[in-house]
Amino acid sequence: MKNNKLVIIDYGAGNIKSIQFAFKRLGVDAILSNNIDVIKTADKIIFPGVGEASSAMKKLKKSGLHIIIPQLKQPVLGICLGMQLLCKHTEENDTKGLGVFNVNIKRFSNRVKVPQMGWNTINNLKSNLFNGITPETYMYLVHSYYAETNDYTIAETSYDGVYASALQKNNFYGVQFHPEKSGDVGALILKNFLNL
Amino acid sequence: MLTKRIIPCLDIKNGRTVKGVNFVDLIDAGDPVTLAKKYADMGADELVFLDISATLEGRKTTQNMVLKVAEQVNIPFTVGGGISSISDVEALLKCGADKISINSSAVKRPELITQLSNKFGSQCITVAVDAKQVNNKWLVHLAGGTIATDINLFDWVKEVEQRGAGEILFTSMDHDGTKNGFANTALAHMANLINIPIIASGGAGNMQHFIDTFKIGKSDAALAASVFHFGEIDIPNLKQQLKANNIAIRI
Repeated sequence: MKNNKLVIIDYGAGNIKSIQFAFKRLGVDAILSNNIDVIKTADKIIFPGVGEASSAMKKLKKSGLHIIIPQLKQPVLGICLGMQLLCKHTEENDTKGLGVFNVNIKRFSNRVKVPQMGWNTINNLKSNLFNGITPETYMYLVHSYYAETNDYTIAETSYDGVYASALQKNNFYGVQFHPEKSGDVGALILKNFLNL
Repeated sequence: MLTKRIIPCLDIKNGRTVKGVNFVDLIDAGDPVTLAKKYADMGADELVFLDISATLEGRKTTQNMVLKVAEQVNIPFTVGGGISSISDVEALLKCGADKISINSSAVKRPELITQLSNKFGSQCITVAVDAKQVNNKWLVHLAGGTIATDINLFDWVKEVEQRGAGEILFTSMDHDGTKNGFANTALAHMANLINIPIIASGGAGNMQHFIDTFKIGKSDAALAASVFHFGEIDIPNLKQQLKANNIAIRI
């Protein structure tokens, strides 16, 4: 594996312990930080997030991270709400996101149970993030809002129709699922990220 | 397609699994981490830990256990038992629990559901409901089913959903321990009333019971303890059976 200084952005939104442990199982000690200098000098960055979008955005603004994150040049992986916040807008409390992806986040309709909770497949895989991962692989997802398929889609999942369960634009990657909780295949995705 | 979930439940007291766990090839069946890893390897989709420690010290020990599970197990898990405040939840989530489950405290103070889902997000708040039929009415019970209330089960789950819970874990006390199958009529009725996932609990005895609760009970997940702990049902076999019956399941 490449030499990596891995930073998990710690802005008070979500279960970052699990992500840290997942990397530890891969033999990588991740640094938890909300310090702009630490984040800027990282080789790889994880942008996590669990919870509600508008309060997470408020936390990012408080520390100035909303300016810094879109300017990052190294590989950034947004997970779950982290991915959604990298988008332009989310219907969750009508919240403006960071705008890296020109994508709107919508709420699942009541035709399906909301939140989607459990294991679902990822298909149409289009990124080296998924090296060694076969289509129809199951990943763990918990979410009420989703990204419509768009130009940046690198993985698709079906729930209330087909949606984008992973996005990529240049150095920015986003996954709606939780690789840190998706068994050995999830661990492989994190390993692929470290090898980018 | 989103798959149905198979969830083994472990009772934890002072950081150890209790109530009989009988895996022949486990050296120490009381160690929750070893057991959790084994279930994850077998294909369990999720785990639930129910803390039955009576003392504050016991609960602290459980928190350390949660940390160790999060460190070593790579599937999601829920922790329930004795949780009654924002700080209880915060401590468990910080240790790496993915979801927490509240039960009696939610009935006593329904606003706790609202507070927790606002602060931590619906996705990590499971409300566990224990109920049994009294004079043909499903009534909610407290404290592990020992205390009856006059709250109607179906009214309660609707309120739980409205207050922002992300999921319901419904245990039928009429079925729990009987090994005669899940409470599918009540589960199916509940599934028509609410639009959040429902975990069926209580009554698992054989593989057909799981098929029935997914097909007839419209459950999203099924939880069981002893049939898994004593090896009466093997999870990989169960999942093959479910798949053979056209139930969406992760193999």
